[in-house]
Amino acid sequence: MIRLQDIRFRYNARYVLDGLDFSIGLGDRVGLVGPNGSGKTTLCHIVMGLSFPESGTVEIFGKNRVKETDFSEIRGRIGFLFQDADDQLFCPTVLEDVAFGPLNMGKTPADAKRIVRATLTTLRLDGFEDRITYKLSGGEKRLVSLATVLAMEPEILILDEPTNGLDEETTERIIEILNGLQLSYIVISHDREFVNRTTNKLFRIAKGKIAPA
Amino acid sequence: MDWGFGSRFSALFDAPAKAGEENSGFGKTEMQIEEFALGNSIIHRLDPRVKIVVTFIFSIMVAVTNSIATAAVAMILPVVLILTARVDLVQVLRRVAVVNTFVLFLCVFLPFTYPGRTILSFGPLDVHMEGLTYAALITIKSNAVILMVIALLGTSPVFSLVHALSRMGLSEKLVHLFFFCFRYIHVIHEEYHRLSNAMKMRGFKAGTNMHTYRSYAYLMGMLLVRSFDRSARIFAAMKCRAFKGRFYVLHDYRMKRGDYLLAATSVLFSCCLLIVK
Repeated sequence: MIRLQDIRFRYNARYVLDGLDFSIGLGDRVGLVGPNGSGKTTLCHIVMGLSFPESGTVEIFGKNRVKETDFSEIRGRIGFLFQDADDQLFCPTVLEDVAFGPLNMGKTPADAKRIVRATLTTLRLDGFEDRITYKLSGGEKRLVSLATVLAMEPEILILDEPTNGLDEETTERIIEILNGLQLSYIVISHDREFVNRTTNKLFRIAKGKIAPA
Repeated sequence: MDWGFGSRFSALFDAPAKAGEENSGFGKTEMQIEEFALGNSIIHRLDPRVKIVVTFIFSIMVAVTNSIATAAVAMILPVVLILTARVDLVQVLRRVAVVNTFVLFLCVFLPFTYPGRTILSFGPLDVHMEGLTYAALITIKSNAVILMVIALLGTSPVFSLVHALSRMGLSEKLVHLFFFCFRYIHVIHEEYHRLSNAMKMRGFKAGTNMHTYRSYAYLMGMLLVRSFDRSARIFAAMKCRAFKGRFYVLHDYRMKRGDYLLAATSVLFSCCLLIVK
């Protein structure tokens, strides 16, 4: 579903990714580990078309993706959960925020509302519709951001440190949610136990390359 | 970071920053911009387009009035609307108080400086009748307008006002700018408190010295940089959720009976004001 070949990417003079090859297929649940600044987030940003590599090819859903317009087709089909939930939630209410993606993808308001309700129910967040997003607790924010991503009904998920700063209970809930999904996903995490319990493949990024760990 | 035109635009854009746990209890202030919009009264359910138009017409009518009596009568409409909207009156008074601090300056100076009949003298200072009435007129007029804005615009979420403006044919860019500014204010406010709390915790006290000026300059600089970075991340997050430069809203606004009623009564009321005047 995603195939990256010979990706090179640098910040200033330093190559963060240097000839990296990586691919994931249907049913893959990939854990991505590596030290801080090793390029895990950069790799995911390249998949989403938020950063563009200096060289190499990005193939997603069987098509080469080069330009911004190539990537705008796939956003939504790939759901991206940001590290900081505050970056993700920007609408006043949970309802509006979760509906933002579906509306962008051309759903009617009525459909969008239905999707929001269904998504919130699956995540056991019933009754959150009218809550104010920036007044939610840290754990609730994370779960709601997950809802905003799942509401787009993506085919692949990318989660950037989904359990960062969460208490055990919310972490357990996220593990339970991920294991209940019929989706391929990539999880970036420093939490070994979390990765072990949610993924079936593990990769480590170091020195610009990626290798099974 | 190359997002072309978008990034420049997104510099103005930001999400509510962490209002959360980390700085609770220590000089925490929450900026309440949309608190009146949360109710569910008849007023809240009105079409935001009608609200904008009515507020606009009403404000102009009040602004051109120059009789105290007319301005006082004009006050009735926003007061009735606010009562109908069942918003927190204490909060309303607080907002009004803020506006009136500005008006207060006029009230202090106008009676002395506006030429007219002297009615009182404090040594070399004379209080003029015309100045007094003028100050009273300005006070009533500004309160009438601000109450109307609270009653109608305040009771709609900014999102729906933004949408209403774009439906009314205002250029998309202006509309986005309006929405972005709204978020920008919020974030600047939150970040500012986080940073200034951090400064206080390290023993910073503002004074009249170079150290204070420099520290505040750093604070402002840091605010700009942080907001810019955050706005970039939010824009990225929006793009990942298939944002293509257009905002959609959930609620479809269709003019209902209540909307026509408000529009008709308000316009009629405003016209009556003109005639009475």
